[in-house]
Amino acid sequence: MAHKYKAIVMGCSAGGLSLMKELLPALPSDFTLPIIIVQHISANSDNIWVHLLNTMSRLHIKEINEKDLIQPGNVYVAPPNYHVLVENDETFSLSVDEKVNYARPSIDVLFESASHVYKDQLIGIVFTGSNHDGAAGLRKIKEGGGLTIVQEPSTAEYSSMPLAAIAATKTDHILPLEKIIPLLINLSNPIHP
Amino acid sequence: MPSLPIVNSESSDIEINLLLEAIYQKYGYDFRQYSEAHIRRRLTNRLMLSGLSSISEIQHNVLHDPVFASQLLQDLSITVTEMFRDPPFYKYIRENVIPILKTYSFIKIWHAGCSTGEEVYSMAILLKEEGLYERSTIYATDFNEFALDKAREGIYAAEIMKEYTSNYQQAGGKKSFSDYFIADYDMAIMDQSLKKRVVWANHNLVTDSVFAEMNMILCRNVLIYFNRDLQNRVQKLFFDSLTNGGILALGSKESLRFSTLEDHYQELDKKYRVFKKKY
Ligand SMILES: C[S@@+](CC[C@H](N)C(=O)[O-])C[C@H]1O[C@@H](n2cnc3c(N)ncnc32)[C@H](O)[C@@H]1O
Repeated sequence: MAHKYKAIVMGCSAGGLSLMKELLPALPSDFTLPIIIVQHISANSDNIWVHLLNTMSRLHIKEINEKDLIQPGNVYVAPPNYHVLVENDETFSLSVDEKVNYARPSIDVLFESASHVYKDQLIGIVFTGSNHDGAAGLRKIKEGGGLTIVQEPSTAEYSSMPLAAIAATKTDHILPLEKIIPLLINLSNPIHP
Repeated sequence: MPSLPIVNSESSDIEINLLLEAIYQKYGYDFRQYSEAHIRRRLTNRLMLSGLSSISEIQHNVLHDPVFASQLLQDLSITVTEMFRDPPFYKYIRENVIPILKTYSFIKIWHAGCSTGEEVYSMAILLKEEGLYERSTIYATDFNEFALDKAREGIYAAEIMKEYTSNYQQAGGKKSFSDYFIADYDMAIMDQSLKKRVVWANHNLVTDSVFAEMNMILCRNVLIYFNRDLQNRVQKLFFDSLTNGGILALGSKESLRFSTLEDHYQELDKKYRVFKKKY
């Protein structure tokens, strides 16, 4: 049994919290690919929403601590006020670097570093949001041979972020959330030789 | 949009290692055990800004152009900071650590990686309000001389002081934050008395050693840039610098879990990452 993919990175901004509430509980407990999420959130917010998502879902959802090891079956959420980067040894690093696209955490920062590590074994998804964070990162994922998915802009609560991502790169799938879910479940299934 | 230079092949990892080795041999700054992803990101940014095409070219410039080298050292050091960053942390210190410090006749506090000084002035204000300032010495160190110069000056943008005012209040501030600086056009000049008990010094956590015995060490958002081995080494330095019963305060996402000395500390607070060295 083998996997084509090793990880999924996701970015969402305005409208992201309600989207996550729909997406994460819909994933089965045997969903094997680790998911790493940047949701734009205010610097001083607490992580109650992460706990809430965790109680709603079958997967283990947690806020990232520096140097946590990326493991299957987990959903990792970027902490407020820190950028998240992926290291070659598949652990996380955090940084308080300047904001990127007015955001910290920034989707581009996560996507670019994850692409360096996972290359063509990475899936990147840009969801709802009212800015253009994630566009440059998604292009990087595409250049690295990874799979790129964008939420169909007309179905997104805020369409600018999906539109910017689509404009920046050749996107493999442009789909509404209800079609992204089965696609991810399918991609997460091991390939039987 | 200009396209990013391609810094994502294995060979670029090799080039980065060689560059860090070159910086170390030539200038003595040791970034070899810093987070690779962080270094790579900063170098990619520099490549874009400088119009150079590869890390090897950066290496050539670093070795032959001191101005470029100094620029690159700035790139690799993240100096983003705030006054009363994480206000609830300062509230916790005020309510739970100050009572411990009050039991000492002299108090020595070390801010390791103090950047441009905001954290140091925050602490000075807190100590003043708690009546401990006059018997305290604050050692404020960083390896970035530009940042230290700004810290010594104590002049910040007036605009950002508004944000800090809200942080100060949330941190349990007892006075009016504007009592602590003089506003001069678009600048805020910190009150001179806040510097009186501060010793500013250049100290590199990777290559320098213990310099005094401390009652409290704050090292926040510095260790996140170090790999496990380096964190462990720097934690040894902190341990050796702390008195028994001394307090160690880390950043809100940092921990002692990569330190072999973890068991020698009592965790005072899980959320605020405050530890006490056992007797
Ligand atoms: C992100 S700032 C943290 C500032 C402040 N402690 C805070 O939490 O807001 C990190 C600081 O660590 C300093 N630093 C990084 N490596 C260092 C080293 N080896 N020795 C001393 N300082 C270092 C940088 O120059 C920078 O000023």
